[in-house]
Amino acid sequence: MNAETAPLLEVRNVVKHFTVGGGMFGGPRGIVRAVDGVSFALHRGETLGLVGESGCGKTTTGRCILQLERATSGSVMFEGRDLTTLDETELRPVRRKIQVIFQDPYSSLNPRMTVGQIIGEPLGVHGLVPDAGRRRARVRDLLSRVGLLPQHAHRYPHEMSGGQRQRVGIARALAMEPSLIICDEPVSALDVSIQAQIINLLEDLQAEYRLTYLFIAHDLAVVRHISDRVAVMYLGKIVELADRKALYDDPLHPYTKALLAAVPIPDPELEARRERVVLGGEVPSPLNPPSGCVFHPRCPIAIDRCRSVIPDLREIRPGHWAACLLA
Amino acid sequence: MGTLLDVRSLTTHFVTSAGVVRAVDGVTWDVNAGETVALVGESGCGKSVSALSIMRLVQGPAGRIVDGTMVFKGRDLLKLSEEEMRRVRGREIAMIFQEPMTSLNPVLTIGRQLTEGLEIHLGMTAAAARTRAAELLAMVGIPDPARRLAQYPHQFSGGMRQRMMIAMALACDPGLILADEPTTALDVTIQAQILELMKDLSRRLGVAMLIITHNLGVVARYADRVNVMYAGRIIERGTARDIYTNPRHPYTLGLLASVPRLDEPRRERLAPIEGQPPDLMRLPPGCAFAPRCGYRVERCLVEVPPLSSIGDGGHVAACWEADRVGGRGRRASAESPATPGAGGSRIIRT
Repeated sequence: MNAETAPLLEVRNVVKHFTVGGGMFGGPRGIVRAVDGVSFALHRGETLGLVGESGCGKTTTGRCILQLERATSGSVMFEGRDLTTLDETELRPVRRKIQVIFQDPYSSLNPRMTVGQIIGEPLGVHGLVPDAGRRRARVRDLLSRVGLLPQHAHRYPHEMSGGQRQRVGIARALAMEPSLIICDEPVSALDVSIQAQIINLLEDLQAEYRLTYLFIAHDLAVVRHISDRVAVMYLGKIVELADRKALYDDPLHPYTKALLAAVPIPDPELEARRERVVLGGEVPSPLNPPSGCVFHPRCPIAIDRCRSVIPDLREIRPGHWAACLLA
Repeated sequence: MGTLLDVRSLTTHFVTSAGVVRAVDGVTWDVNAGETVALVGESGCGKSVSALSIMRLVQGPAGRIVDGTMVFKGRDLLKLSEEEMRRVRGREIAMIFQEPMTSLNPVLTIGRQLTEGLEIHLGMTAAAARTRAAELLAMVGIPDPARRLAQYPHQFSGGMRQRMMIAMALACDPGLILADEPTTALDVTIQAQILELMKDLSRRLGVAMLIITHNLGVVARYADRVNVMYAGRIIERGTARDIYTNPRHPYTLGLLASVPRLDEPRRERLAPIEGQPPDLMRLPPGCAFAPRCGYRVERCLVEVPPLSSIGDGGHVAACWEADRVGGRGRRASAESPATPGAGGSRIIRT
């Protein structure tokens, strides 16, 4: 494989288990299987959406890629190197290349720093723009690229609105000239009229800088809008992975189908005609996941075999993967 | 069906050292018996403060209802004594909040939290209240209610806690339930369960509901009538059908156009509403939406548009240019014929 066709990021069978209980306050010892064997590849310039409900492991997967969590097993290949084998010193230059945009820009921006310092400081730390004067110019340039004004450099985060703060978070990520940006629920804390502004901005920047996004979110409509391919997670596993169109037009996994059916649509006439398949039950605890297919207790089409056989993520059609015995 | 709650010119202000925040600025709306009405809008539009005002739970001394009437079953809630109001809360008007964990008492059992209201409001004996509490849990779909009554909120999942909140709201058989973002904190599959449950119970028990939400999708299926709020005022009201298929205020139109939808082909580009909502301490003299509006004309900057009728039904919109807005098929676009200042620009006005 040459450099153009090799994936930028390849996550191979990543497992992340957390041990709980058994400490000072006792309680039964247990293992939370937050991420349980996740594999996918991400190509340069593409956006992969990672969707699922709370506790499905989507954020932990992102943290394992960033090496903010060290995976229990598996590997994370980035630009040809396995990040799980690198120590902190070796990781430092990599951390510049992989940036994050968080859900809540307020808690991820230092309240005591001005916007100019927030964006400018890492430029100095990483030696990208060592000269202070040129750094200020670069900050002004970055602010205008994310739709802010040069005078915003003197503001503090609390003086800005949620949408503006998210723009600052994006400018900070952009300053590092990253090749991969992990967007972890970047618009879910914002009002809908502002959400669309930020999504359009992310798309413009991707086109301009040929950025690669891992877009983690729970909003299926937003994920469809921004992603080229989409992976659906449930209880630590990817249950379906396909091109955007295939996943939304022709979902194969019963969980994906149930998720799509649950999304409310702002049209009363359509809603009245729409058949409501309400998924029963709740997501089981990752401390004690069900046997066989983890979805079987809630699955409307489960058969006996689903209780005992763990379904592999299989390529059912070219590029369309699903982990279901009946797919 | 008669009017159950009639709110007129309700005005709730918060007095801060920086100035007066006009959180709710003279709103008029009503709820008929057995009806589900929605208050929709983004953060800071005054929808939650409206609900708190109905319950007279606005935090003083900063917050104050400065004007209006709220007639519930023939009595103006604003004229009741604190003692009388206590008998209304929970008994005649109940409330469901967004985050059930913070509205349940963590050190009391589920059973105790349910029976308390029954004993105080309805004068039930402890034994009778317990039996009724178990019935209520069963009614909201919590399995094994006898065992669940002895548990604490932290032993319930998010969805189960919200079911428990609904059981508490229904406990005293109220005429009206105020639900403030009842499903916002829940995952989409659980959200669907809770909404279906609420719809089913409101139909079966004939209880009216006011659903407060920022999510236009949530109410399309469940609301009979929808009020859209912006900057402390209602800017459009109509049946769900009016609002979703024939929006006539540019803000409603913009809200509908800015969300990507699964039932429609994917668009290359989303149509956001540019700019930011106004500062409630410094509202512009004319229409509060004018600075972000693509339909803006001179008049909008100087004169506040009143809610005026669209057609002959109850559909009203507060826009001088309502005749020009929308009416372009099921899914209208937020783009305007003439776009002075708005649209296209990525610069945020501050």
